[in-house]
Amino acid sequence: MYQESNKNNWQPTAKNAALHARAEFYQKIRGFFAARNVLEVETPLMAACGVTDPYIQAFPVKDKYLQTSPEYAMKRMLAADCGSIYQICKAFRMEEAGNFHNPEFTMIEWYRLGFDHLQLMQETDELLQLLLDCPPANRITYHDLFMQKLGINPLTADLLTLQQCATQHGINLTATAAQDLTITDWLQLIMSHVIEPQLTGSSPWFVYDFPAAQAALAKVIPGEFPVAARFEVYMEGLELGNGYYELQDPQEQSKRFAADNQKRAQEGIATMQPDERLVAALEVGLPDCAGIAMGIDRMLMLKLKTKNIADVISFTINNA
Amino acid sequence: MATYSTNEFRGGLKVLLDGVPYNILENEFVKPGKGQAFNRVKLRNLKTGRVIERTFKSGETVEGADVSELEMQYMYNDGNVWHFMDPKSYEQYEIPTDALGDTALWIKEQDLCMVLLWNGQAISVLPPNFVVLEIVETDPGVRGDTSGGGGKPAKLETGAVVRVPLFVQTGELIKVDTRTAEYVSRVK
Repeated sequence: MYQESNKNNWQPTAKNAALHARAEFYQKIRGFFAARNVLEVETPLMAACGVTDPYIQAFPVKDKYLQTSPEYAMKRMLAADCGSIYQICKAFRMEEAGNFHNPEFTMIEWYRLGFDHLQLMQETDELLQLLLDCPPANRITYHDLFMQKLGINPLTADLLTLQQCATQHGINLTATAAQDLTITDWLQLIMSHVIEPQLTGSSPWFVYDFPAAQAALAKVIPGEFPVAARFEVYMEGLELGNGYYELQDPQEQSKRFAADNQKRAQEGIATMQPDERLVAALEVGLPDCAGIAMGIDRMLMLKLKTKNIADVISFTINNA
Repeated sequence: MATYSTNEFRGGLKVLLDGVPYNILENEFVKPGKGQAFNRVKLRNLKTGRVIERTFKSGETVEGADVSELEMQYMYNDGNVWHFMDPKSYEQYEIPTDALGDTALWIKEQDLCMVLLWNGQAISVLPPNFVVLEIVETDPGVRGDTSGGGGKPAKLETGAVVRVPLFVQTGELIKVDTRTAEYVSRVK
C-alpha cells in the first residue's frame, strides 16, 4: 500500500524552516487558548472503540484502535464537567498517502461550552488570522454556496440534477461509481471536485448549515428543510476542518451509530462496535457546546505555501 | 488477469476500462474529512494515445490489462497493414495503418521499434527515439551559412517533413529526434 522502506530516504522531508513554523504554531495556539481559559488536555491515542463513520477507517492495534480523532474521549471529559478544553494530538486514518494526506497527522481539536457553531466559527476565524496572518473569513451557507456557484438547491436537488451537474463540470465517473452514489455522495463529489477548488482568495471560507444527511455528530436544526449545525472551513481550495454544534441526545447518537454501521454493512466494510461509554456520558449529559477539529499540517502547508504535506511533517509514511 | 484497487493505482499501471487498455498517468486522492473518497485519475488510451480523466470511488477495483512491450523489426507494409517481426522468436505481428499514427512517418524497413502488445495483439508502435533518414527534397540553401539560424523545410524519404539548417542539402542523411520531430545533426 505504501512505499517500501529504503535506507536512502533517511532524511526528514520537512526543512528546518517548517520545523520552526510548526513550533511557532504550537506556541501561538497555546497562548490563544490560555488567554481564553480553555484547558489543554490529553486523551489516549489507543482506545477500545474506533469511529463508526463509514468513510473513516481506524488502524486496529491488538484489541484496540488508533484514534482517528480525539472526539469521543474529549466528549466524555466534557460530560464529567471539565469545562472548555483543547488538544493538539496525532490522529491516524487508514487511507492513502497523497499530496494532502498522510495516514498519521496532527490535529487541533477544541470544545467551547455555551457556544453554538456560529460562535465557534468566529473563534476559529480569529485563530486562523493569528496563525496564518490572513484577513477575516468569508461565510456562506451550504445552500447559498451551491445556488451561487451552480444554481442548484442542495436541499431539494434530485439524483438526476446532480448527475447532470457533475457531467457538465467534466466529472467522468466510472460506471460502477455512477451506479452506487447516493444523493449525499453526489453532493460530496460536486463539493470536493467543483466547489472546493473555487474557495480561493486570501481569506478562509466558512461553509455552514450542511444538509441534515451530512450531520455527522452535529445537532440538526429543524425546519421545512432541516440542516445540520455543522461548518467546514476551507482556505485556498483546501479543507482545513470541521465544526459542530454538538449533538447531546444519547438516543440520537445511538441511532447515528446504527445508521453508520448499516452503511458499513452495505459497503462491505467491517462494522464498528459503537462506543457505549460515549453514549453513557451523553446520558449523564454533555454540556451545551460546539467543537471543531482542524488539520495542523494543512494549515502549515498554507503558511509555508507548499502543495505537498511532506514539506511540513518530519517524516511521511514513506520514510517514517 | 489481476484486479487492482484504487489504492494500488500508480503511474504506469495498465488497466482495462470499458474493454480498452489504458495506462495510468496520474492518480489524485480526493477525500473530504466527512464523506465518500474518490480517486481522480488521468489515463492514456493505449490504442489511440488520447488522455482522459476518470473519477473512481475509492476502493473500487478494475481489471489489469495484459499489456507488454516487445522490441520488433519493421518488415514491410502493404498500404493497409504494417508487418513487424520479433527478432528472437521470428514471430510476426501486424497492425493496421490507422493504428500506427505518426510512427509511420519515421520508420524504414529493418528499423527496430517498440511494439505494444495487448492480449498478444499489436496495438501501437513507438519509433526509435532517433532515426537516420535521407532528405529527398529541400530548397538549395545559401552557401557558407553554418549558423543554422534560419532553417528550411526538408522532406524525408519516409514522407515526414522537418526543419533543417540552410546548409543541409537534398541527398544527405540526417538524424532526427522522433519525439519532437526535430533535426539533430547531419550524418556522414
